[in-house]
Amino acid sequence: MDLSYSPDEIAFRDEVRAFLAEKLPRETAELIRRGGHPGKAEMEAWHAILNEKGWLAPNWPKAFGGAEWNAVQRHIFEEECAAANAPRIVPFGLSMLAPVLMKFGSKAQQDHYLPRILDGTDWWCQGYSEPGAGSDLASLKTRAVRQGDHYIVNGQKTWTTLGQYANWIFCLVRTDPDAKQQEGISFLLIDMDTPGIEVRPIILLDGTPEVNEVWFTDVKVPVENLVGEENKGWTYAKYLLTHERTNIAGVGFSRAGLETVKRMARAEISGGRPLIENPHFAARMATVEADLMAMSTTNLRIISKAAVGQAPGVEASMLKVKGTIIRQEINDLARRAAGPYAMPFASETALGDNDPIGPDYIGPVAAEYFNNRKLSIFGGSNEIQRGIIAKVKLGGGK
Amino acid sequence: MNFDLTDERQMLQDSLRRFLADRYTTAARNAILEGETGFSPEIWSALADLGVIGALFTEAQGGFGGAGFDIAVVFEELGRAGVVEPFLDTALLGGGLIAALGSEDQQALVGDVIAGTLHLAFAHGEPASRYDLARVETTARGEAGEIVLDGRKAVVVNAEAAGQLIVSARESGGVDEPDGISLFLVPAGTRGLALRGYPLLAGGRAAEVTLDAVRVPVSARLGAAGQAFGAIEARVAAANVALAAEAMGAMETAARLTGDYLMTRKQFGRPIGTFQALAHRFADLLIEMEQARSAVINAAGHLEDAPQSRDRQIAAARNLIGRAGRLGAEEAIQMHGGIAMTQEYELAHIAKRIVMTDHRFGDTDHHLERFIALSAA
Repeated sequence: MDLSYSPDEIAFRDEVRAFLAEKLPRETAELIRRGGHPGKAEMEAWHAILNEKGWLAPNWPKAFGGAEWNAVQRHIFEEECAAANAPRIVPFGLSMLAPVLMKFGSKAQQDHYLPRILDGTDWWCQGYSEPGAGSDLASLKTRAVRQGDHYIVNGQKTWTTLGQYANWIFCLVRTDPDAKQQEGISFLLIDMDTPGIEVRPIILLDGTPEVNEVWFTDVKVPVENLVGEENKGWTYAKYLLTHERTNIAGVGFSRAGLETVKRMARAEISGGRPLIENPHFAARMATVEADLMAMSTTNLRIISKAAVGQAPGVEASMLKVKGTIIRQEINDLARRAAGPYAMPFASETALGDNDPIGPDYIGPVAAEYFNNRKLSIFGGSNEIQRGIIAKVKLGGGK
Repeated sequence: MNFDLTDERQMLQDSLRRFLADRYTTAARNAILEGETGFSPEIWSALADLGVIGALFTEAQGGFGGAGFDIAVVFEELGRAGVVEPFLDTALLGGGLIAALGSEDQQALVGDVIAGTLHLAFAHGEPASRYDLARVETTARGEAGEIVLDGRKAVVVNAEAAGQLIVSARESGGVDEPDGISLFLVPAGTRGLALRGYPLLAGGRAAEVTLDAVRVPVSARLGAAGQAFGAIEARVAAANVALAAEAMGAMETAARLTGDYLMTRKQFGRPIGTFQALAHRFADLLIEMEQARSAVINAAGHLEDAPQSRDRQIAAARNLIGRAGRLGAEEAIQMHGGIAMTQEYELAHIAKRIVMTDHRFGDTDHHLERFIALSAA
């Protein structure tokens, strides 16, 4: 048992730190530190910087232009990026679609799409959920009917994150309505500029236009945009969902969030003393920090297994549940720390070009608290994750 | 023991609930939330005509209620409908402070408040005061027969709409001493008064208020010099009853929406409410709801007590409502899933109203500390 990183891993961490210190745009990091949301331009700029260094695709094999890091290296990279307030790497093309194409796509699809993901030509979004198919994803209804050398797609996808920026969408569509639910689904790549596609923004409860509805009306999709075999899409979808899960615990985000809470609690005065000395607030912070310390080690235990090739199973579900509970608890602490200044509507404080309404150490923490209620809902809700854990551990499943 | 409302209060509750169900629909509220002013003047006057404001004042003050249970009845209904109009600020705090402290001339303003023609704002909290009611750095000093006010007030709800601000300022004593605090009526537009307005996350608007050598006559003072703190505490106690009742009413709506959704939304071929994992959590929500209702009754029933007993009961209620409200809001969102994250769905607004009550006049921890201190006293 050795809890410390190896010399190689420490050297790697230092290299990542030095890179971030030199290359991460200051304004972007400051925007994120204050709780703002980077726009398309900031995210694309950061992708380009990482791509130039060869670090944009940590999980890809070198043959496809990736960094081919192991799970521990990827973890270190993600932690350092979160600590430095770097923008998140937009995952839809890089860590969701790409592994599917590498495993199930044709050579032509790999050659065409993978380089365009790296160089930023394409921004992908995910067409999975539908209004009637959330937790029960396999009940999806969007239809694709083969007509000559095209599919004609009709239906509606929803919760399409950052779909407003995307020029391509990968979709689960129903190609055989008569087959058993999971067996009639196919995986299609669709150009968002095709006639018949309409993107409508959904404004979230904190006012952010982060997700969208995507409507398909008689959309013609060439058959060569089918990934793998027709009616085998559920297999690919499950592969996608289980493939990239190293960052599922969000340890780096929790650490950064806890630092923000501490910074606020040092500055905020309650009853004549810094809030951080208030016994009730201090107890809340200490409790979540103790949870985070243990979860960080759980995360590393699972990552270490993954690094030697053992795929995480129910552990990923456990990390998702605990990780989101901890992140949401930290968001709750942040809004408490802000006191009455949690009340202003965040959009004004979040803008870099506006003076903050209250003290400058208070960002849009209440908006973040509400926005991050999504963490326990999306990517398989925590109820679904608990169901998976129980099913596996009680022997009702494999 | 009798937990029934009096006939008058029952009638008030019925008519207010009916009015809001008809007029304060989700679409109407969303239009108000997107508007520039933060509230609807039409709704405001209609509710004033209905007697909602009058119910918050005693007969001696020109109203027909004013007791803890009157306040609870009104604010429970306002919370149930997610009303953002500033009843707390204009009526309960602003009008209430003038009614408690004002001279005969000043009392005339209470009539305007009850009629729905005057808005007020209580400019008390400051950037460094957090939830500490006695911490007032804003100063008031006499100069040439006038009062000169200097300081800054934080998150003053309804400040832009207010015809008069009720500004607290220190005439003597240290920055966190109860003695020495006075209240002054400062008309909107007074020279030296600057407002920086902004919308609030849960609806309505507030402003950062700067007072730079604001001059008012001595007659603008409410009550005796330096002696306003007792009245401030009493009105904030009433506001805390209102906030607790409002959160409780909103929790009922959250629970109702969640129950409806659980039995309407189908996944895996059946209503999701038939999954025990969700059904039990819904049951917990209802249990906490009953606790919240009783906490509001405790607080409202002790509002007319001596300060120590009054404040101990209120602190206990607000601590409980803070905990139950957070649970209710978060669980309602979680059991709905993504739909509850969207701004246009009613629950999103209701959940924000519930959680944001935790940031006015003390959060869950503040009230826990107050409860401990008052229980030891």
